[in-house]
Amino acid sequence: MADLSTSVGGIKSPNPFWLASAPPTDKEYNVVRAFKAGWGGVVWKTLGEAGPPVVNVSSRYGAVHIGEQRIFGLNNIELITDRPLEVNLREIKQVKKDWPDRAMVVSLMVPCEEDAWIKILKEVEDTECDGIELNFGCPHGMSERGMGAAVGQVPEYVEMVTRWCKSHTNMPVLVKLTPNVTSILGPAQAAKSGGGDGVSLINTVNSITSIDLDLMAPTPTVDGKGSHGGYCGPAVKPMALHMCAEIARNAGTAGLPMSAIGGISNWRDAAEFIALGAGTTQVCTAVMHYGFKIVEDMIDGLSDWMDQKGYAKISDFQGMAVPNITDWQNLNMNYEIVAEIEQTKCVKCGLCHIVCEDTSHQAISAEKIKGERRYEVIDKECVGCNLCMHVCPENCITMRKVDNGKDYMNWTQDPRNPFSNAAE
Amino acid sequence: MGKSMAETRDVAAGRCTAPALAEAFADLHAPLTEQQAYNESSRCFYCHDAPCLEACPTGIDIPGFIRRIATGNATGAGRTILDSNIMGATCARVCPVEELCEEVCVRNTGDHKPVTIAQLQRFATDALFDANMQPYARAAETGKKVAIVGAGPAGLACAHRLARYGHDVVVYEARAKAGGLNEYGLAAYKMPDNIAQREIDFILSVGGITIETGKALGKELSLDQLTSDHDAVFLGLGLSAVNALGLDGENVDAVEDAVDYISDLRQAVDLSAVAVGRRVVVIGGGNTAIDAAVQAKRLGAEDVTLVYRRGPEQMGATDFEQDLAQTNGVIIRHWAMPVAIKGENGSAVEMTFEATQLDGNGRLEGTGARFTLMADQVFKAIGQAFDAAPLGGGAAPEVSDGRIVVDENGKTSVNGVYAGGDCVAGQDLTVSAVEDGKVAAEAIHLELSGQNSNKGVS
Ligand SMILES: Cc1cc2nc3c(=O)[nH]c(=O)nc-3n(C[C@H](O)[C@H](O)[C@H](O)COP(=O)(O)OP(=O)(O)OC[C@H]3O[C@@H](n4cnc5c(N)ncnc54)[C@H](O)[C@@H]3O)c2cc1C
Ligand SMILES: Cc1cc2nc3c(=O)[nH]c(=O)nc-3n(C[C@H](O)[C@H](O)[C@H](O)COP(=O)(O)O)c2cc1C
Ligand code: SF4
Repeated sequence: MADLSTSVGGIKSPNPFWLASAPPTDKEYNVVRAFKAGWGGVVWKTLGEAGPPVVNVSSRYGAVHIGEQRIFGLNNIELITDRPLEVNLREIKQVKKDWPDRAMVVSLMVPCEEDAWIKILKEVEDTECDGIELNFGCPHGMSERGMGAAVGQVPEYVEMVTRWCKSHTNMPVLVKLTPNVTSILGPAQAAKSGGGDGVSLINTVNSITSIDLDLMAPTPTVDGKGSHGGYCGPAVKPMALHMCAEIARNAGTAGLPMSAIGGISNWRDAAEFIALGAGTTQVCTAVMHYGFKIVEDMIDGLSDWMDQKGYAKISDFQGMAVPNITDWQNLNMNYEIVAEIEQTKCVKCGLCHIVCEDTSHQAISAEKIKGERRYEVIDKECVGCNLCMHVCPENCITMRKVDNGKDYMNWTQDPRNPFSNAAE
Repeated sequence: MGKSMAETRDVAAGRCTAPALAEAFADLHAPLTEQQAYNESSRCFYCHDAPCLEACPTGIDIPGFIRRIATGNATGAGRTILDSNIMGATCARVCPVEELCEEVCVRNTGDHKPVTIAQLQRFATDALFDANMQPYARAAETGKKVAIVGAGPAGLACAHRLARYGHDVVVYEARAKAGGLNEYGLAAYKMPDNIAQREIDFILSVGGITIETGKALGKELSLDQLTSDHDAVFLGLGLSAVNALGLDGENVDAVEDAVDYISDLRQAVDLSAVAVGRRVVVIGGGNTAIDAAVQAKRLGAEDVTLVYRRGPEQMGATDFEQDLAQTNGVIIRHWAMPVAIKGENGSAVEMTFEATQLDGNGRLEGTGARFTLMADQVFKAIGQAFDAAPLGGGAAPEVSDGRIVVDENGKTSVNGVYAGGDCVAGQDLTVSAVEDGKVAAEAIHLELSGQNSNKGVS
């Protein structure tokens, strides 16, 4: 069995699977159940200042279902923890004491005033947790009060608050980033400049799940009205991957420890983020869909895969995909592939034909031979776009490499490029 | 056997309690819930040039209607179905789909289970009916009059399409109610909740169609008269004769035609008043035989034995129907034919069967081995036949091999006279009768309006 232990920004964890700061980590009861199930760490549900806790509305969630797949995406309009600060702190301290080997990170969101941060940092230190996460990401409710994404969208604020925290505590500081920005690099750079030990990303994406056409209001609907919320779940994973990749391959931010979040539902998703350099991964929607038990498969799935690949420890493949993420102009223009249909597996749905015919390059013929449908790739018309492969419901189309004998040539070298460097 | 010794027939009503009967004759397939329909609809690949569409005799745009269910447009799905098949609601309940659309569903190949097209079709047509929507408007009245004889699926499908084109349609029907075998023949557990009449009400609600019941061709009406009073005539007469066993003793009261019995059953207001034998023997291997056997069993018959002279592969009834009979406790005996009936009115009968086999030339022959079965009720279900007599009198359409001869547009040998459904050669299914009626209506419309003005409705 591979060694799954890992760390991010100096915070150690027996495995890379954490629960993200959200309802699953809102109280001792849940977190203990999660640790019993095998989760390596948690980021406790975001704490706010002492005083009357925030109040939530109902309903709070909206979801996108596709076919029989429930919750392809989840949207919420919840705020930070609605339980008293002292209760949370007491429970955090107790759980950390009972589960010393697990990572206990505490998420924080207080107003953008240094004193407010100093005050809460001292209280949190007393819990002996392993680190803190600054919630600069929450896109709804809290941002209207000048917190969460309202801070996360302004790199100067991110840097300032991060610096306050670093100068008032020795606890490792992770900065949780909002994806609701034009480029993730600004806030990531700011987190680094402020002295942050790492970044957690992504928080939820601004969203409206759907419009109820009877109520003529967005969902989730609260007494006839709705507001935008934060989107998460499998639907956001591609965006999260892109943002992690940007941080990993940009000179200014490369090497910044990352705790990856966004649509992670299984070991394979987690492995993808680790391959982009993440030290730990965080999960919210998947456990809100299936419960904590999914970590069992995450642990043995990742371990078996690593064994098969010969990776003894997480760092053996961490960041391995980063060098292969490049700009479009560096791609090989001479690399050629064409679609190939495995006729024995083809069920004759004709989708490959109709999509190529209607929307691509007219490269799949449709014929009837003795009453039998037959779909065939016309090699010379196929541009290798892969569309047919993706629509095939039986997975019987593969892309075959054409050996054209041509060497690597990118766009900057391509004679078809009016600005190419190619020697005439 | 002397009269005094004859065993009295045990035929009685109310063998089951009313609740048990209600359950036995409830929907064979429960309707899909909205969630089930959504889940099932998302299994459809939305094939291009879909094989199911081709396998449907009426050519329903199956991927098109299923996609509409998946998007929550169930009424649009219903309309898509009715555009091609105005009896989509009945067809959803009675089509032998395992030999039609569902047989060729590409998902049979992938995961060995077709999309349940018929169930989805039912969901969509139910939704349309429940919404009380009338998707069709009549074109401006043309002043042309068409007579249709027979208010079965062929006649009504023809009537609806012609009415949409603006023609004036009168449907003459011999029986007391419209619907043909939808009303009098299809198994009760396939057509519960008066769906046949609800569907007819829907068809008539488009306007322009008058139904005259109790008017039979060959009695109250003659073909000559109809052709001279109307611009065109469509014959959807079905099969009104039944084949006989050709045995002595066939006329005792214990031996009945299955179709008559089923017809009475379908018309019964109270199933607990329908009498059924304690021991029932059914002779035949088609839908009618299975339906008679299963319904007898569900009415409470103790033993029901279906005897067919060939093997399971040769049965007209589909595998699904054969399974249904067996899971309902019907005993099926293959390779045996009736050779003698012993009994008298009021008594149970002793049926003698001879085992059969195929001879060297593939012809059926008796082996000489015999067995007997005692029966309180025997149903003959060895096929129906077309009765050409009502056509007689004047210029009658050509009949060959016992059916009216038509071209691909349903045109008979007599000018202006069309025919379709069971009375012409074909599959003898509800769905093909509907298609015949529709095709003939298009041809009639073309003829009445002249080549150029045909724009088609859909
Ligand atoms: C017991 C049974 C079960 C069946 N089950 C199925 C099934 O599950 N699925 C399936 O697809 N098919 C089934 N069929 C076959 C299906 O019912 C027929 O193929 C279909 O009804 C044919 O339609 P039609 O309009 O041609 O004839 P019919 O439905 O027979 O209608 C003909 C109409 O014409 C009327 N008529 C006849 N003669 C005259 C006259 N001289 N003057 C005026 N009116 C006249 C009749 O009264 C009747 O109303 C079954 C048939 C039977 C008998
Ligand atoms: C109901 C709900 C409440 C959340 N509350 C918080 C929060 O208090 N603090 C925070 O940093 N993130 C919060 N999040 C965001 C998650 O921590 C996580 O970043 C996001 O859901 C993406 O991960 P996922 O795709 O695995 O769900 C919340 C998410 C959900 C669904
Ligand atoms: S890869 Fe693209 S171009 Fe080639 S056959 Fe498939 S869809 Fe057509």
